Amino acid sequence: MSEHQHEEAHVIEYGNYIFIWLGLLAFTGITVTVSGIDLGNWTIVIALLIACVKSWYVLNYFMHMKYEDVVFKIFILTALFTFFIFLGFTFWDYSFVR
Amino acid sequence: MANAAMPAEKLELSYLDVSTNKHKSGILSWILSVDHKRIGLLYFFSMMAFFIVAVTFGFLIRLELIAPGKTIVDAQTYNQLFTLHGIIMIFLFIIPGLPAVFGNFFMPIMIGAKDVIFPRINLLSWYMFVIGGLFAVISMLLPGGSADTGWMFYVPYSVRTNTNVLPALIAAFILGFSSILTGLNFITTIHRMRHPDMSWFKMPLFVWSLYATAWIQVLATPIIGITLVLVGVERILGVGIFDPALGGDPVLYQHLFWIYSHPAVYIMILPAMGLVSEIIPVFSRRSIFGYKFIAFSSLAIAFFGSLVWAHHMFTAGMSDTAQFVFSFITFVLSIPSAIKVFNWISTMYKGSIQPDPPFLYAMSFIVQFAIGGFTGLMLGALSVNIHLQDTSFVVAHFHYVMFGGTGFGIFAAMHYWLPKMFGRMYNLKVATWAWAIVTIGYNVLYFPMFIMGYLGMPRRYYDYLPEFQPYHVASTIGSWILIIGLIIMFTNLWVGMRRGQKAGMNPWGGETLEWKVQTPPILENFHDVPDVHAGPYDYSKYEAKKEATK
Amino acid sequence: MSSTDHAAVHHVHRDDYGSRMGMWLFLFTELILFGGLFIIYAVYRFTHQTEFHLAAQELNTTIGLINTIALLTSSMTAAMSITAMQKGNIRFSKTLIWVTIGFAFVFMVNKYFEWGAKIHHGIYPGSKDLLAKPEGEILYFGLYYVMTGLHTFHVIVGVIFFLFILRQINQKKIEPTRYVRLENSALYWHLVDLIWIFLFPLFYLIH
Repeated sequence: MSEHQHEEAHVIEYGNYIFIWLGLLAFTGITVTVSGIDLGNWTIVIALLIACVKSWYVLNYFMHMKYEDVVFKIFILTALFTFFIFLGFTFWDYSFVR
Repeated sequence: MANAAMPAEKLELSYLDVSTNKHKSGILSWILSVDHKRIGLLYFFSMMAFFIVAVTFGFLIRLELIAPGKTIVDAQTYNQLFTLHGIIMIFLFIIPGLPAVFGNFFMPIMIGAKDVIFPRINLLSWYMFVIGGLFAVISMLLPGGSADTGWMFYVPYSVRTNTNVLPALIAAFILGFSSILTGLNFITTIHRMRHPDMSWFKMPLFVWSLYATAWIQVLATPIIGITLVLVGVERILGVGIFDPALGGDPVLYQHLFWIYSHPAVYIMILPAMGLVSEIIPVFSRRSIFGYKFIAFSSLAIAFFGSLVWAHHMFTAGMSDTAQFVFSFITFVLSIPSAIKVFNWISTMYKGSIQPDPPFLYAMSFIVQFAIGGFTGLMLGALSVNIHLQDTSFVVAHFHYVMFGGTGFGIFAAMHYWLPKMFGRMYNLKVATWAWAIVTIGYNVLYFPMFIMGYLGMPRRYYDYLPEFQPYHVASTIGSWILIIGLIIMFTNLWVGMRRGQKAGMNPWGGETLEWKVQTPPILENFHDVPDVHAGPYDYSKYEAKKEATK
Repeated sequence: MSSTDHAAVHHVHRDDYGSRMGMWLFLFTELILFGGLFIIYAVYRFTHQTEFHLAAQELNTTIGLINTIALLTSSMTAAMSITAMQKGNIRFSKTLIWVTIGFAFVFMVNKYFEWGAKIHHGIYPGSKDLLAKPEGEILYFGLYYVMTGLHTFHVIVGVIFFLFILRQINQKKIEPTRYVRLENSALYWHLVDLIWIFLFPLFYLIH
């Protein structure tokens, strides 16, 4: 393998983490508030979208995905894509008249 | 062709002589070893033990079916026999077969590495394999006997039956974990431990197939893991996820089951196809035709294979839309497989064929896999599926791909690589005879099932109408011929590995790296990795020689 | 050259990148494991919308919220423990890990009381009160127990990983120039947090 063993590690400062954490708390607050408003089916959509946004930050910053090699990013996209296929294709059965 | 007389080489101590742990020899030096080659052999021998058990069950099933009504066992026992036959064959033989034995042994060598990247996890995978297998065996021995649900554990019966479903579920879960660990080990190894001069497109196609397979192992297996856990939880706690009495949907169980189990068949077949892509060039003395197409088709099969699972459920009561979608994609999926078959045939064209046993098994593979694949397409057509679902036709189809395909692939791998692993050659003549008997027996056993399935013989039925008997008799006789052939084949290999003539470094004339290291390989495979610039299928010097002698 | 004398063969090339890659692959399996449960949830919620709404009212949003905050914060401290290690502040790194474990305990205690209350009210798998409810509610609670149960199991595993890490730090097997195991444990912990990020709205925020 050509990569040297001791790669330069990217150090994320404590402050950055606190900032992300505050953002996550804010998004959590928004989710709880929105769920109190009756928007019909949109409530769950918005809640899940916010959950995705929170996940994006946890993945990229807490889990360092932003600083990893592109290979890791392709990997996780592959895994997520696969999961969504499993979920989506199951609904071919349930969304339509049986 | 095998090199009969080799100059005596000064051999170093091989992996068979040198241990990776403080035990210099004896059983502990093996079962605590982290050497990928020893682990491959540990898998090989434990797998063969389970295989023999499962073959025996198959033999008994066929014996029972030689006549209508009870022949040797009662109906309940019959159900248990085919359940365990399926569980053992699928989870303990066909799925791990090529990756765990030959992938473990040869993949690191083929990429110029000294081992896999996580050797201890590799050993853990094997421990889980054995423990999972023991749970399957235990399920037979506990009161109540083995599960009688069929290997698919369909609910609600699997939640209700009083047989030992739980040990079987635990077995399958543990074996799934073993498979996952192997998969993640292989993906990471292939990314990180290739020799610096070996780019992705200089890798042998067997490695490509293991890579695609490993992704399926990692991404699909967890689904069956959670699904089986849920069945267990329903049995013990009455949770109510799939049980219709509690509002659950048994068809949802089938979805989740097949979301794994369909990709699982690609775990089974891709390494075998990869192996055939290795064998054909060697025994045709020609470079593989369409290397990139074959490499990408492995990835395409892995991907599209995850989109077709519900073709196992056409008669379960799904929406029409689902049926159309899954049927259509099933047809699309046949294309990359066909590409491989065309490429293999094209490779042989104008080649210089060496009809040695590995090649013969590869030939059987191609024909039998083609029959299996083609009948799979038939089953994928909705209108036809209504008539053929749950008949012997399905049984014949999947045996043609899993056994006629992967099973024969495993036999091919043994005949190709055992001489490298043990340093001795088996008797080629006997091996050829065994191949003929096995192939004939195999087809006499399974082909009649297509016909009787088409005529209406249901699968998993213990009893049947007298009009089907001639086919059953033929099939059972086929099973005897097959078993005789297998006994000859295994005995010949066993004798050869113990007492055969020493095999040289490269008895078959292959160009991949395992043929350029000592036979048997030394502990860390290489001192210096040979030059890999020419790629794994460089037969130009043979082709030049042929031109010169024209 | 004979290789007889290499008992433990490995002058292993350390490969932190490879180690993290393997860990990510393992995380994908956990993602898909829970993913299967999310698929079941999606199907049953789709087919039993009203009953899911009804059943969800039995859950206490405040407890769910406290648990969410606990896990998000513990994720932050876990990430920070790596920064501390990178900077050579081994003591601080360990403190942060203990804080992470502390929040995990907050989560588990909460869960214990939450489940306890449910069980006390007769809502648990197989209970006659539950079985008397409409199908959709039985399915909801079945999923609730299985998903939060499996999640809590992973919380416990995550804590055990961190305890091992603490020991390895004490044994100097993990230190500022060699800490990929800490990173991998933290990755596992973040996954536990991620799963909860989705569990929370799906079970507690259906109004």
